[in-house]
Amino acid sequence: MGRVVVEVMPKPEILDPQGKAVVGALPRLGFTQFSGVRQGKRFELEVDGEVTPEVLAAAQQAAETVLSNPVIEDVVRVADASAEVVA
Amino acid sequence: MTAPALDAARIGVITFPGTLDDRDASRAVRLAGGEPVSLWHADGDLHGVDAVVLPGGFSYGDYLRAGAISRFAPAMDAVVDGAKGGMPVLGICNGFQVLTEAHLLPGSMVKNDHLHFVCREQVLSVENTATDWTNRYERGQHITIPLKNQDGQFVADEHTLDELEGEGRVVFRYQGWNPNGSRRDIAGITNARGNVVGLMPHPEHAVEAGFGPDGADGPRSGTDGLGFFTSVLAALVRA
Repeated sequence: MGRVVVEVMPKPEILDPQGKAVVGALPRLGFTQFSGVRQGKRFELEVDGEVTPEVLAAAQQAAETVLSNPVIEDVVRVADASAEVVA
Repeated sequence: MTAPALDAARIGVITFPGTLDDRDASRAVRLAGGEPVSLWHADGDLHGVDAVVLPGGFSYGDYLRAGAISRFAPAMDAVVDGAKGGMPVLGICNGFQVLTEAHLLPGSMVKNDHLHFVCREQVLSVENTATDWTNRYERGQHITIPLKNQDGQFVADEHTLDELEGEGRVVFRYQGWNPNGSRRDIAGITNARGNVVGLMPHPEHAVEAGFGPDGADGPRSGTDGLGFFTSVLAALVRA
């Protein structure tokens, strides 16, 4: 079973109120290193078979038409999850 | 098609999973003199209604983005077709979000800039009285109707905003204060033709004395929202 990861972020010019709230909370917990936070979304799309180029292309299309709204968001990544390096 | 008589105008109100204000919208239609018709999101047939209201609420729990999933409802295909043919369509709050996701109106709504849910009586100016939903108002008239939302901040790129302003398609602007950070104090907009209007505040909650916002005639006497519904009836008679 394969998995495609899609990541969507608010556009840079759109104020991200959620990120703003998070960056306000961090120093209260002692995390004073971070001057900005932007919060996005990660989708994991599962397929029964392999992640083929066709599957990736379909995921890209879904990302641009449904999973994101181009007025306020950018699709920043569409990738085969198995290729991900775990930190 | 013959022009429908005032009392025969049938205004559809679509219910999505998570819609909250469909009954209020239907009641507003009735109080204005129209016949409300309940429509279900999964039904692609609008049952011959003359106009459609997309009411407020939290369709699909605002999952993905507000209005994003409702846009794909079978009823919305019919609404998009009808709107392109000139049928009056009003989107209130979540309904406005659905209209932007369906690309019937430009821009989008993001979370209120202060992150809080807002619920208040809001003053708006009516800036365009040529639309199917505002022809009973005076240009520049101030109206007070309830505003209640979490994702009410209207955003669009500068080019789109300039275009909306240049074409007179800003229909309502917040007065007194901007409750959610909306660009250029925009509370509601229309399409080029003036048959599709979307706004965040709720006219359907200000249609009957005793149940509306505070008004000149005392507490809860405000009925400033009724004009939306009498406007569309007038527009349908003219059509």
